[in-house]
Amino acid sequence: MTLAALKGPHIDWAGLSPLIALLGGAVVVLLVGLVPGAVVRRRIVPLLGATSLLAAIGLTIWQWHEAKSIVSGALRVDDLALALDLIFYVAGLACIALTHRGSVADEQAGHGEYHCLLLSAVAGMAILVAAQNLVTVFLGLELLSISLYVLCATEMRRETSLESGLKYLIIGSVGSATFLYGLALIYGATGKTDFAEIARALGTEGGGLLSDPLMLTGLGLALVGLAFKASVAPFHQWTPDVYEGAPTPITAFMAVATKAAAFGIFLRFLDVALIDLQVHWAPVLAALAAITIVVGNVGALGQSSLKRILAYSGVAQAGYLLAGVVVGSKLGIQATVFYLGVYMTMNLAAFAVIVAREQESGEGDDMAALEGIGATRPVLAWPMTIAMLSLAGIPATAGFVGKIYLIEAVVDGDYTWLGVVIVIGSMISLGYYLRVIATMWMRPAAGTVPAMAGAASEVDGEEARPAPAGETGGDATTQEGGAGTGRAAPEIVGVAVLFGAASLVFGILPSPLFDLALDAGRSLGLL
Amino acid sequence: MPLSILIWLPVVAALLGAALGPRVAPRATLVGAAATLGIAIWLITDVDPARSGLSHVTDEVWISELGIHYKLGVDGLNLFLIALTGLLFTIAVLAAGRREWERPRLFYFHLGLAETAVLGAFCAQDLALFVAFFDLMLIPFYFLIGTWGGRNRVPATTKLVIYTLVGSLLMLAAAIATAVLATPAEGGITFVLSELQRLPLPEGSQEWIFLCFAAAFLVKMPAFPLHGWLPDGYRAMPIPVVAVFSGVLSKVAAYGFLRVALPLFPDASAHFQTLLLLIALASILYGSVMAFTQTDMRLIVGYSSIAQLGFITLGIFSLRPEGAQGAILQMINHGLVTAALFFIIAVLASRAGDSEDLRDMGGIAFRAPVLAALFLIVALATLAMPGSANFVGEFLILLGVFQSKIVIAIVAFAGVALAAVYMLRAFIRTMHNRAGPKVESRDIGFADGLVITPLVAVIVALALYPQLPLERSEKSARASIRDARLIAQPPAPAPAQQGAPPQGAAPPQGAAPPQGGAPPQGAAPPVQGAPPQGAPPPQGAPPPQGGPPPQGAPPPQGGPPPQGAPPPQGAPPPQGAPPPQGAPPPQGAAP
Repeated sequence: MTLAALKGPHIDWAGLSPLIALLGGAVVVLLVGLVPGAVVRRRIVPLLGATSLLAAIGLTIWQWHEAKSIVSGALRVDDLALALDLIFYVAGLACIALTHRGSVADEQAGHGEYHCLLLSAVAGMAILVAAQNLVTVFLGLELLSISLYVLCATEMRRETSLESGLKYLIIGSVGSATFLYGLALIYGATGKTDFAEIARALGTEGGGLLSDPLMLTGLGLALVGLAFKASVAPFHQWTPDVYEGAPTPITAFMAVATKAAAFGIFLRFLDVALIDLQVHWAPVLAALAAITIVVGNVGALGQSSLKRILAYSGVAQAGYLLAGVVVGSKLGIQATVFYLGVYMTMNLAAFAVIVAREQESGEGDDMAALEGIGATRPVLAWPMTIAMLSLAGIPATAGFVGKIYLIEAVVDGDYTWLGVVIVIGSMISLGYYLRVIATMWMRPAAGTVPAMAGAASEVDGEEARPAPAGETGGDATTQEGGAGTGRAAPEIVGVAVLFGAASLVFGILPSPLFDLALDAGRSLGLL
Repeated sequence: MPLSILIWLPVVAALLGAALGPRVAPRATLVGAAATLGIAIWLITDVDPARSGLSHVTDEVWISELGIHYKLGVDGLNLFLIALTGLLFTIAVLAAGRREWERPRLFYFHLGLAETAVLGAFCAQDLALFVAFFDLMLIPFYFLIGTWGGRNRVPATTKLVIYTLVGSLLMLAAAIATAVLATPAEGGITFVLSELQRLPLPEGSQEWIFLCFAAAFLVKMPAFPLHGWLPDGYRAMPIPVVAVFSGVLSKVAAYGFLRVALPLFPDASAHFQTLLLLIALASILYGSVMAFTQTDMRLIVGYSSIAQLGFITLGIFSLRPEGAQGAILQMINHGLVTAALFFIIAVLASRAGDSEDLRDMGGIAFRAPVLAALFLIVALATLAMPGSANFVGEFLILLGVFQSKIVIAIVAFAGVALAAVYMLRAFIRTMHNRAGPKVESRDIGFADGLVITPLVAVIVALALYPQLPLERSEKSARASIRDARLIAQPPAPAPAQQGAPPQGAAPPQGAAPPQGGAPPQGAAPPVQGAPPQGAPPPQGAPPPQGGPPPQGAPPPQGGPPPQGAPPPQGAPPPQGAPPPQGAPPPQGAAP
């Protein structure tokens, strides 16, 4: 008697390995987080989380230069997805490093849960940028979004954190719902969910489908949904409040990784599935980009909270990145990926300094926390200065090279006016970036902050907690910080110095990032 | 190799000094600046004047994907400006070393970085590299003014930096657009200046791109409408900083016109010639008038800088070799003179109860003969007394403008007279007359003398031998303005064609150079005959227009001598004499 052989699908373990590392890591840290004992929770769990991310990095590099579809065509492993994955993993590692002794979020929410959510957010992002299929796109988007909604609320004793999580949940859900509706309409118009097949349908059915109202409405709704995620104006309103309320390491992670994920899917969705509709989406996105650049830069001018400044600056940078998406060419993809890479270094450096100063001064994330640190804490002042100059696009920093690349892509794609808008945005942005630099170097140092009773002033294997557990958020405009405790943990300073140096080095020797961007650009096969 | 050493030496020395401690920092930076000066002087002797083109070229690919090269080179245009930078920074570091600064290592680091950035801007032969150094050189000054400046320093420096960076960022966009639009069909994108010069842009793009570059340079100089940052900025800067700022940074802008704007955008330069000349004229008049109504000594010198830079712009946009060479000479002169003036102001202030106000001074010369003598030399140089190199420079500039736009030249002469007014006023009110209330006159000390005397010595040396920079810069100056000049003042048709309707050279018409689009006035196809200096203007047949020349602008007067004079068409040339056809005598049917 012959047994019926069950033929399973072909599983590309190699291609799946980074995802397995992430999701497996998420499960493991969740379980390990249940083990009683402070040492296990405070040390082992973050370590396992970091290990999982490092393993994912290694496996991603191993898969470099592959171009294949896995999971029955639902995901695509190519250099674009892998390059963006690296950004997510590095941002995740930085978040773990900054949380370890920089935030109470993991303590209050449970170490296991916190790191599990972080890893699943990273996994969601990896799925999102590799998605080949409308369903998978939504899957990735939701996985990352839901994890982030909860992560924003993890500093549960602080009201603003809970508020930010709730706000993000509501607004993010609106965005996701809009996106899903758009995807459904696109499916309705083309009858297909796979990107390549949608592109084929648009290409073959000729003019009919290209101006089909169902299709165009679906396109519009999908773009609106993505715009929510990417903080593109006028759908950016949630960004300042959510960024300010969330625990700072999570803000850092969101600012960098969510944006990279959103733009990754912008690129893939528009340039693979909907490339034939470029005549429709390009002008609209160009207009949105211009509005975003202006709104983001002008919005930051009056802020006194550093996290809000960086939130608005992030909105403006989203505008610059959207300009790279608009041109829909290989050069545009390369410029966008390159700028996402440098954006990561600049933002992580800035946020690390903010986390460090939240620890050291009693001012939370107010500008006053940075007063005079040029003299008292140059090791933090220099990375922040380089980050600010890089965000403004001053030469000798990575941001300058990034802007040149973006403007070149835009001019090459016949959107020269958008290049001028980028430049005008940079001019306006100087107003607040220079203010931060002036606060650090041109003001006298703030008075010494009283150390908390009983807290160790030199962190050396001891925990240093900033705020007593009973504190509630009071100030509506800036995140309330507890009394400073002397020095920030060395790994936080290390993150700041590392990414500050990276911003400087990539400004002078940008080749490694260029190689990354070139590989990513080639993978979609565009002109 | 030597140019890279020249550029990076100051900041490396400053970093070494910073690493070695606050006592070593001033000296290390001084050694670095002096060594840089030495290399610059060696370059002057080493560069062969007979050669045209770049020497000591360093050319490496920096960012290959964007076509940006790390290319440096020296030629007549920047040779003396590099030496000027070296000299002024050395003197500034010397002067700075005389007082204690807070956080000295940072202070000297920023000075070193500033010198590196300025030298980089002068030596850069790649457009993106030039823009990068141009933007970069502002940042150390932002910190120098904001941290160590005087009253109101943070708003002043913020205004200064934002004002300047607005222009510079427009220039960045324009530079990238230039490279992208000039990309040859078969080649890759490139930012190298020499290559961009061979790949001219279409007319319409040239205009807005030129305007962006002009905006950046005019803000930096500053020129009249865009000078708003100057009063607060100059008042807030420490003296060594304002000396180099005024002496050197403004020259980068003028040099930028000669190095980048004119060679790369000749059509637009010719098109906007009148506009730029008018802006220059306005700067001269405004600066001079403001200078002699001020009582703050710094502002007198600051506004006089506006006027002097106006003269330099005038010379550049006369689009004549004499004008360009005069401009280059004036750049050097003005740099020396303005730095000397600021150090003298510091000396005067210390003798007038620490006030830099004119009303508090007076009678300082009483017991200070050496100081008075030094100040007098500098003052007379500033007002272009015949016998000084400034006189030679201004003479050449005015000669150039006279030959191209005579009305503007006549009005500009007023600026020369006004310079005498404000400079003599400043000298007399401070040094002579009744002693001011808190004045205690004493002669200049050794340390101050050490700072001011070398500058005066170089001023005197140049006065005696201005031929040195003129001769070295001649070829480069001519090359820089050549294309723009041919468009603005096309040479006459060769004698063989005289039979043909003489509108051959009627000023504005027909096809412009390789681009095809005809700019309203400048471009006139110089004709079929021998192209004048081997320049490549369009051989297209000049459509027989014979129409009246452009917008009333006086047609090219005099014309380039070697070619035979332009038969004056519609408008009677202010100089009369239509030269005889058929004879290509080196006319000089000049005014």
